[in-house]
Amino acid sequence: MRAFSFLGDLRPSVALAIFACLALIWQGAAAQGWLPLAGDGVHDPASPAVKQLQEPAQALGKLPRDTAGNLVHWVQAIENGAITPRTSLRGENKSKTLDQDILMSLRGGMPIVRFPHKAHTLILDCSNCHEALFKSKTGANQISMLQILQGEQCGLCHGAVAFPLTECNRCHSVPRPNGTPANAAQTQP
Amino acid sequence: MKRVSWARSVMVLALAALMVAQPVWGEYGDVVLNQRSGKEGVRPVIFSHWFHRIRFACKVCHQELGIKMRVGGNDIRMTDIIEGKYCGSCHNNDIAWGADRCDLCHSGKPGLPSGIFGGHETSGPGRY
Repeated sequence: MRAFSFLGDLRPSVALAIFACLALIWQGAAAQGWLPLAGDGVHDPASPAVKQLQEPAQALGKLPRDTAGNLVHWVQAIENGAITPRTSLRGENKSKTLDQDILMSLRGGMPIVRFPHKAHTLILDCSNCHEALFKSKTGANQISMLQILQGEQCGLCHGAVAFPLTECNRCHSVPRPNGTPANAAQTQP
Repeated sequence: MKRVSWARSVMVLALAALMVAQPVWGEYGDVVLNQRSGKEGVRPVIFSHWFHRIRFACKVCHQELGIKMRVGGNDIRMTDIIEGKYCGSCHNNDIAWGADRCDLCHSGKPGLPSGIFGGHETSGPGRY
């Protein structure tokens, strides 16, 4: 019991801080780098595939680094030519890119969302989002973080295969003029 | 007898749980496909988004090949793949290995549930 007694003598707040640090270090260690296939928890180490398939570290290690998701900045990787993914298998897909930004959440409390069509149309077809997930008409979509966190709307990809929802500021990226919510006046009693 | 601090107990327990729990991790965007595999006596399929997106844009599979983006939205059978649909559009011993190389796709831990894996606090349609 001696081993733990030093914790008991600490104030709870100090002990809590130590615990938080330990937890962060632990999480940080888990987030560093890429796990080998044989130890990634989803592949069966006994499967012959783990000796033959490409390892994430080998494929992703030389691509532009990011801090979340696959630890790869995928858009940058395409833009600087590190990868050149095919946009069509049978030549049916005409490459259609759209360089247009949409500003959203104009009246919320967070910074304004800038949705870049360009980064999305590099890899996606218009029909992936329009008209089922999102209507093309500006202002016709009721977008909510609650839905996104539940895997709907933007959350169909972000939080699953595209950069995760922990990266608030990548979408909420445009500061509001004078730094106050645009609807501040409306929320006053 | 020493006074037992609840905060200490909670912290020690939480820390122990954090270290003992072996999360199903995978690489971000890995998909486990196990709607039929387990029942048919083979390992579940692990589909790696990270591997495929280096080589193909999302829209090749999710528009041209008709694979829906939502987890559970696709009911793909081996007969489809052998006929050259879905995965079989590339996995045909031409662009990529063919359907006879069962173990290369069916490589997951037996018993894993279908869904999207790969860590982080949210996992989109895989979790909900």
